[in-house]
Amino acid sequence: MSEARPGAAEIARRVAARETSAEAVTREHLDRIAERDAGLEAFLTVTADRALAQAKRVDAAIAGGAAPGPLAGVPVAVKDLLDIEGVATTCGSRILEGYRPPFTATAVARLEAAGAIVVGKTNMDEFAMGSSTENSAYKVTRNPWDRARVPGGSSGGSAVAVSTGMAALALGTDTGGSIRQPAALCGIVGLKPTYGRVSRYGVVAFASSLDQVGPLGRTVEDVALAARAICGIDTADATSAPVEVPDFRAALAAGAAGLRVGVPWSFLEKGVDAGVMAAFRRALSDLEAAGARTVEVTLPHAPHAVATYYIVATAEASSNLARFDGVRYGLRVPAADLQGMYGETRDRGFGAEVKRRIILGTFVLSAGYYDAYYLRAQQVRTLIRRDFEGAFRQCEVVAMPTTPTPAFRIGEKTADPLQMYLEDIFTVPANLAGIPGLSLPGGFVDGLPVGIQLLGRPFDEATLLRIGHAYQQQTKHHLQEPPENSDSLG
Amino acid sequence: MPPVTVETVDHVARLARLSLTAEEREAFARQLDQVLAYAESIQALDTTGVEPMSHAAAHETFREDVPRPCLPREAALAAAPDAEDGLFRVPRVLGG
Repeated sequence: MSEARPGAAEIARRVAARETSAEAVTREHLDRIAERDAGLEAFLTVTADRALAQAKRVDAAIAGGAAPGPLAGVPVAVKDLLDIEGVATTCGSRILEGYRPPFTATAVARLEAAGAIVVGKTNMDEFAMGSSTENSAYKVTRNPWDRARVPGGSSGGSAVAVSTGMAALALGTDTGGSIRQPAALCGIVGLKPTYGRVSRYGVVAFASSLDQVGPLGRTVEDVALAARAICGIDTADATSAPVEVPDFRAALAAGAAGLRVGVPWSFLEKGVDAGVMAAFRRALSDLEAAGARTVEVTLPHAPHAVATYYIVATAEASSNLARFDGVRYGLRVPAADLQGMYGETRDRGFGAEVKRRIILGTFVLSAGYYDAYYLRAQQVRTLIRRDFEGAFRQCEVVAMPTTPTPAFRIGEKTADPLQMYLEDIFTVPANLAGIPGLSLPGGFVDGLPVGIQLLGRPFDEATLLRIGHAYQQQTKHHLQEPPENSDSLG
Repeated sequence: MPPVTVETVDHVARLARLSLTAEEREAFARQLDQVLAYAESIQALDTTGVEPMSHAAAHETFREDVPRPCLPREAALAAAPDAEDGLFRVPRVLGG
């Protein structure tokens, strides 16, 4: 990491050693947001006063002799669907404009307990539905490597905040790739933990059987520190798992020697950009140079993952989003009677993609179609999970590109929802199977970052992070920084 | 499967309590038809005897069933568009 842009681990070390203060680090990052975010539009809310107050508390505790937290003074950006008491949560939607939640998400509370400083809430596709951050009701976030292109989504604001140094870490959520895909397209690291690893308490639900909170950072070491802070059982989320959380950073030193990396070659035969494929092959060579061994695996049902995902996720979303009805919070459009108020509020409050998914999800759950679509998709989900169980008998991790192409142009796919959904082909299988996934900066194609994805056994994030760290010792892709002034490359 | 029509979208929109514009109804019918045609691929798979997977949770975590403090009523009502006497207020439910 360059001197000018220390990462989370280095910031925490300097704050703990009293070489700098949490307040000074926070001010630097707030200044950088003020200077850098115009034109990129990563943030929906900058929580400057709250951040400085929090930083002063961290500094006072250290001055008073308290042991510094593992993330002491580290500025973090939080996707705008994780609640923070008293701070607006919009989910990128008009229907929640002005809403201030009365509680704080467990993942955010745990980061703050570790000494982290929340500098703001980041832009996202409305209710996390999208792969480009173009579906926000508020603004379009731009890719810092080329402002004519999307940053990915739905956690696009979080990825941009980290890749440009406006925050050292960020939280995102990943229902079908929404952490890994923007991390890939912005040239940073993103981890989707195992389903059940991180509490979903205080996280606005999209598809409850798929949603998972995770960190984005510039190095695997930074992401390991954040993961250690946020993972672990929480009685406020009945799906959170009573599985021990290892010291992920301590596990990094073990390296990649002797680990087997499975490659599902037949799944990668079609539709992958030639430059992305070349970067992926180079990454496999780099992993071999780090001591890992590649083996071929098969995921016979993975080509059906997008179809399966868009049935399961929209069905769950249509149910979850029933709560936005103009009664308890958010927008209400007045009407003469209750049914009219529901319909008008939801029509005015939701954007096109959210409505499209509510309609699709309601359709696949409706009488006459439930068995053919929803039930069958749940069965195919079982087949996809079994594919991974088979693969993990031959290897510790499965590798594939994170996305089939580098960042696409703003507006390029908005008219064709199916083309946008197909962007998720390599990320949705992990959510359906409930397994962890890590996206790593894997080089560049025509100046645009591409991601290498590693998928692991349930609750074995440690091995993903180990291999990812070994890869970052072999490569320098993660040290590249986007240009300070990135107009379109043409 | 028969193609998705505007009437299908209307029926589903009623179930989902969504009022849609004419343009939305037509666009959604066309786009849903396209997405469902793509999703036809899963109909050809043999799923005989395959258990449906409703979630990936390996565990269910239950806390002790003991009373504990919850959100105060004022906090729960604070974000409501309309509240009165500690209750959420809504427009008329039955036709007048």
